[in-house]
Amino acid sequence: MAVLKSTESKLDLENECLSPDGLKQELLRVYPTKVARKRAKQIVVNKVKEGGGVPEIGANTRTVPGIITQRGCTYAGCKGVVLGPTRDIVNITHGPIGCGFYSWLTRRNQTRLENPKDHQFMTYCFSTDMQDEDIVFGGEKKLRAAIQEAYDIFKPKAISIFATCPVGLIGDDIHAVAREMREKLGINVFGFSCEGYKGVSQSAGHHIANNGLFTHIIGLDDTAPKGKYKMNLLGEYNIGGDAFELDRIFKECGITLVATFSGNSTYDQFSISHTADLNAVMCHRSINYVAEMMEKKFGIPWIKINFIGAEATAKSLRKIAKYFDEPELTERVEEVIAREMPEILRVREEVRRRCEGKTAMLFVGGSRAHHYQELFKEIGMKVIAAGYEFAHRDDYEGRRVLSGLKVDADSRNIEELEVHEDPERYRPRKTTEEIERLRREGFSFKDYEGMMPEMENQTLVIDDISHHETDKLIEAYKPSIFCAGIKEKYVVQKMGIPLKQLHSYDSGGPYAGFKGAVNFYREMDRMVNSKVWSYLKAPWQTNPELSAKYACD
Amino acid sequence: MHHSNAPYTSTTNACKLCKPLGACLAFRGIEGAVPFLHGSQGCATYMRRYVISHFREPMDIASSSLGEKHAVYGGEANLKQGLRNVMHKYEAKLVGVATTCLTETIGDDVPMILKAFRREMEESGVGSSLPALVSVSTPSYSGAHMEGFHGAVRAVVDQFTGDPEVLPPRENRVNLLPGFVSPADTRYLREILDDFGVESVILPDISETMDGPAMEDYAKIPGGGTAIEDIRSMGGSRCTLELGRTIMGTDTAGRLLRERCGVPLHGMGTPIGLRESDVFFSTLKCTLQRKIPRKHTLERGRLVDAYVDAHKYVFGKKVVVFGEEDLVVGLTAFLAEIGAVPVLCASGGESGRFRECIEGVTSGILSPSPEVREGMDFYDIAEEAESLSPDLLIGHSKGFHLAKRLGIPLIRVGFPIHDRFGGQRILHLAYRGTQNLLDRVVNALLEKKQEDSPVGYGYM
Repeated sequence: MAVLKSTESKLDLENECLSPDGLKQELLRVYPTKVARKRAKQIVVNKVKEGGGVPEIGANTRTVPGIITQRGCTYAGCKGVVLGPTRDIVNITHGPIGCGFYSWLTRRNQTRLENPKDHQFMTYCFSTDMQDEDIVFGGEKKLRAAIQEAYDIFKPKAISIFATCPVGLIGDDIHAVAREMREKLGINVFGFSCEGYKGVSQSAGHHIANNGLFTHIIGLDDTAPKGKYKMNLLGEYNIGGDAFELDRIFKECGITLVATFSGNSTYDQFSISHTADLNAVMCHRSINYVAEMMEKKFGIPWIKINFIGAEATAKSLRKIAKYFDEPELTERVEEVIAREMPEILRVREEVRRRCEGKTAMLFVGGSRAHHYQELFKEIGMKVIAAGYEFAHRDDYEGRRVLSGLKVDADSRNIEELEVHEDPERYRPRKTTEEIERLRREGFSFKDYEGMMPEMENQTLVIDDISHHETDKLIEAYKPSIFCAGIKEKYVVQKMGIPLKQLHSYDSGGPYAGFKGAVNFYREMDRMVNSKVWSYLKAPWQTNPELSAKYACD
Repeated sequence: MHHSNAPYTSTTNACKLCKPLGACLAFRGIEGAVPFLHGSQGCATYMRRYVISHFREPMDIASSSLGEKHAVYGGEANLKQGLRNVMHKYEAKLVGVATTCLTETIGDDVPMILKAFRREMEESGVGSSLPALVSVSTPSYSGAHMEGFHGAVRAVVDQFTGDPEVLPPRENRVNLLPGFVSPADTRYLREILDDFGVESVILPDISETMDGPAMEDYAKIPGGGTAIEDIRSMGGSRCTLELGRTIMGTDTAGRLLRERCGVPLHGMGTPIGLRESDVFFSTLKCTLQRKIPRKHTLERGRLVDAYVDAHKYVFGKKVVVFGEEDLVVGLTAFLAEIGAVPVLCASGGESGRFRECIEGVTSGILSPSPEVREGMDFYDIAEEAESLSPDLLIGHSKGFHLAKRLGIPLIRVGFPIHDRFGGQRILHLAYRGTQNLLDRVVNALLEKKQEDSPVGYGYM
């Protein structure tokens, strides 16, 4: 055992530590050898080669015990993230009370009822609240009773069950209970085996949720909605009203949104989502499985889009219009962009004057750390370091690395569904010729280039950043703003650096789409130009002469 | 434990949090301590984000981050590795290890693992740099957050107070075990004890650790918290005051100090309202043989004066009170004496002593006794509340939906408060805290009355 006394010391800002490579060494220095070796793979100095190649990064590997991580668990990804924003499914947490309580609308997902009488369960937290005897004798009986109760009281269209750690350990068969209750009640009842210990992060939970949505809901109803340009928006969770702003834009463009997975969604929308002609993927990490499976089974192509940033929004709208390839839609999209842009540019120029050249770090999520870089670029701020909390290598380096990914025990743990073409309902949306032509014109299907190719050389990319690394990074680079989540917020702010929450938006938003961009510009202006940080020290602490002078006055 | 009162099997909109969360909060009130959860990393993440949303302060909780493999083969290696990493990074004086559903279900023997870890460290010659390691068993399928809190306090006292004979008696010092109270409450309790001219050990003390100053130099472990040296010598104190009626007579830290070290124990209610605060002050007066400082007599006088002034606004107002059992008992004592009518006292906790404690603080001044229900969730509370037509709710943020539905004010107290600002600075206790609560209750009622009137009266 090595000497345990911490060897940490203040960073010497004068020496070469300030170079990204030097800083990387500094970050690793305090770790025991084995941990340092692991973390070295997850801390990368970016270098974009010609053609977009980037260095390999370690990602989606287990967090080292005792290192304070940003990551959550499988249950959090499944129940909290993907199914959390669904309003008319009764989501029952099967387990002791904590898990359900902590995922009780904490993510600020918003929803808007079409009819005030519609079901709205998002403000509820259903739990079997397992007790000693359930652990000893099994909790299936209690689960059955909970489902029956939920049905008797609410008469929902669907009930879903989420397994927490002890459920898997004691061997409760939630799927058998679901089957039994489905038959008994005549409504859709399904379970998710998303025990917290299953994956390395919430990412495993996303995958489990995707599988469940695909198996149990998508394609249940073939009633196609009206509309000429029909698409689904995948991986948009309507935090702070993002999906509302996107809805607005799509409406103006004449695009019909069949379903959003899963912000402001309904069960019925999921059921008919296979009737759409395009899947547009926002958060690649959390929902790409659904996109892939829907393509295989129903023939719906998917494309990666990004509605964070005004330019990115315009670009994504054009991409959608190009896919449908109708002059009428293209024209309308151009009109909308032309109408929205003047106000955006006015605010952007005003804000840019005060933000230009300031620096940002983003350590959050599985797509946000990438998407939000667009907004910072638009107001002239430089992103000097970024990383994801739970993403995989393809989210960093692009899907080009997918074929070479090693499948480890943790990934093997999560079922990979075998999907085939639906004999009746598989319908290619584009002919091979059409697809070829679009490709030739630079259109890319089912592709995500990842975050790193779009970042500057010599920026630091850090996966699953730890508390210690955050401290050191801030000490070395003093960014103008740090973006992460609530767990990091007050740590970073104690160091005198403003932190913007990109999970829950600090009660702000929307930040997606055109109006969202304006909101974000103003928010950054407010945060990076706040005077409050200059008051950290009292006058007698910072400047003895000054206080002496006041005393004399 | 069964939900003996509730008609439902499932829990819908719980009025309690999980057991390890309470333990983490208690550990956080000890100087140089890092709370550590032995289980899946999601537990630490969820609890951190929850605690932080109330306090708006950093809250580090380490985790042994168990995966599927460890769930099968046991979490010993991860726990040890986690402890080593925490030691590296934090230079903690204490690591408080709380278990979770996962590790309790698989049956990891944490005290034994910690013992082995200590031995290994000593054998490799680094035993002297080891932090104190305290463990507490907190499966959340057995008890809720308050059991975890009290359990952690007891575990700390158990570990540090072993040798009564070596302790010099400290006649001018009292131990105060306040339970889960706000940082503002803790500061005020210390002020009271200071004013009595007595030294005190308040355990835990989250007044600085969960409500710290903005600084330019960030400290990984925030300053403040009960000093371990002070905990070690609690056995020599003149007496222990332990707050909370529902824990009186149970196996608490206070009882342990009495049994092991012979420290007289004064158990009493959480001092909210005049009478419960009087008990608190009278106990200090009697045990210390000192006069009550004039400042506090004046505060008491002002409070009574305010009771008189407020009476016309609060008399007969029906109130639903919910939250942790001991907090609800204190609030109910207060409401009953100002002439309000607590119609339902509800808690997700299940101490089995809730009813008896509520009766203890209402008998003689409130007839009939309020409806008292433990093991309740907000679905039950809402059902009950519909027929009780209350004028006011008092409790934490989770009561918001009910308040909205009933169109009545919610006075936010206790924990968690995540839809208002300053939850950590709410003063609930003793004369000053009661005054604060009274002002808020009266103003909420006035505001409601004023808002509801179409005329726009400006003189209430």
